[in-house]
Amino acid sequence: MTASLAVRGVTAVYTAPNGGSLPALGPVTFTTAPSEFITLVGPSGCGKSTLLRLLAGLQVPTKGSILLDGKPVTEPSPRVAIMFQDANLMPWRTIIDNVALPLELAGISRDERNRTAQALLPQLGLEEFAPAYPGELSGGMAQRVALGRVLIQRPDVLLLDEPFGALDALTREQVSADLMSLWTQERQTVMMVTHDINEAVWLSDRVLVMSRRPGQIIADIAVPLPRPRVLAVTYSEEFGHIAQRVRANIERA
Amino acid sequence: MQITMLSRQVNLRMPSSRALAPYLGLLVLLLLWELITRLKIYPEFIIPPPRAVFDTFVQTLLDGRLWTHTVTTVGQMGIGLFLGLVAGVALGYLIAKNHMLEQMLSPIIVAIQSTPVVAYAPLLVIWFGTGPTSKIVTCMLTVFFPMLTNTVVGIRSVPPSLRDLMHSLRATRWQMFTRLEVPAAMPILLGGLKLSATLSVIGVVVGEFVSANAGLGYLVKLARDSYNTPLVMVAVLMLALIARLMYGAVALLEHRLLAWQSRSRRQNSL
Repeated sequence: MTASLAVRGVTAVYTAPNGGSLPALGPVTFTTAPSEFITLVGPSGCGKSTLLRLLAGLQVPTKGSILLDGKPVTEPSPRVAIMFQDANLMPWRTIIDNVALPLELAGISRDERNRTAQALLPQLGLEEFAPAYPGELSGGMAQRVALGRVLIQRPDVLLLDEPFGALDALTREQVSADLMSLWTQERQTVMMVTHDINEAVWLSDRVLVMSRRPGQIIADIAVPLPRPRVLAVTYSEEFGHIAQRVRANIERA
Repeated sequence: MQITMLSRQVNLRMPSSRALAPYLGLLVLLLLWELITRLKIYPEFIIPPPRAVFDTFVQTLLDGRLWTHTVTTVGQMGIGLFLGLVAGVALGYLIAKNHMLEQMLSPIIVAIQSTPVVAYAPLLVIWFGTGPTSKIVTCMLTVFFPMLTNTVVGIRSVPPSLRDLMHSLRATRWQMFTRLEVPAAMPILLGGLKLSATLSVIGVVVGEFVSANAGLGYLVKLARDSYNTPLVMVAVLMLALIARLMYGAVALLEHRLLAWQSRSRRQNSL
């Protein structure tokens, strides 16, 4: 099953240490089509992460509403999974137990969740690492574990908050290619925050550009490149044009 | 070829000599003790020879006295340690979760914690009588504070990002406690337990010093009053042994529960 999100006039306002109010986001309005891959780009501190937290139901908007298939999101939903900027693994759990955590919390038996997690590990290149601890893994591997922990929930909506931000360029390219192929199988609705324009264009159907704080959407750029996309497509003229448009919009943000 | 064999021999000998080192230290100490008594630098009632202490040990062991007093002390210590742990962790958890409670209780806690237990132990005897209860309470109080502090620090050390993760996975309060807070705080909790386990011996002895008719602390006091120095030393050595065993038990627990830490560290240092 796939889902669509509707964000209507959403704002987030924080209370500043001096008691004043600090507008962090919005108002933001957009809708997503089912199975759409959307990336959010914009200057640091523009409220991208806040928007993802709102979509995940970890935080409630100050104003406006978020609808998942027409129903308001006010708390975390089993249909929505979020992946954070750093791997955010539990260092005392083995890799397989980290991946299986969502199933464990959902009350699924040890046998069944181990079977499910074990089946997922090869797709992430992690099969030999099942009994290892996160402290024994490299940054790229840890991020794959985090991705596994998100995918095992079989979510309809995937929220990715700069998932590859801490990785080196080569690992980053590799992991995002893996993400692309996994997404091609499942076709969840994806909202991903990134700072990398090429990564944004290469992965998505639509790129939303946000302004400085309080972040608003200043451009909604479609990426009509055919899928499946190979990495070489980033050198094509059409890709260059789209990336250029995204960059121009970020500059005027 | 010869060099390889030589180095292999050295490698084989190295760990065993290192394992023996603590016993070697003990042996030197014992010899030094024997030497001092042989030279008669101090009268025997101040420093009795090792032989006299050993004889007293065997004698009190055979007539059952040592055993009875040890059982009394260890029993009171066990109950006090258990109660202090439960109370310290429970209140520590509540304080870590509730700022209002922290502000309400922290002046009282700091006041009691900074007062030496020896100073108010007589008060506890007045309140709880001269029987085992007052010793259990002094033990409980010495264990309670380090456990409380470490629980507060431990629970506060849980990374907010992991809390977010658990929320996003719709964890229940109980799951939040058992799957996140307890394991995340475990290294700090075990640090508190290590401290508490050794302090628990002191707690009981303080209680027994103030007033008692059984226990190793009582035995120390009784032997001192009759200038039976070998017996004082036997009781003190027994207490040291108990404290050491407690420490060892927690270290073993730590080794088992925190295996992931040593594995993670080893890899990171490579």
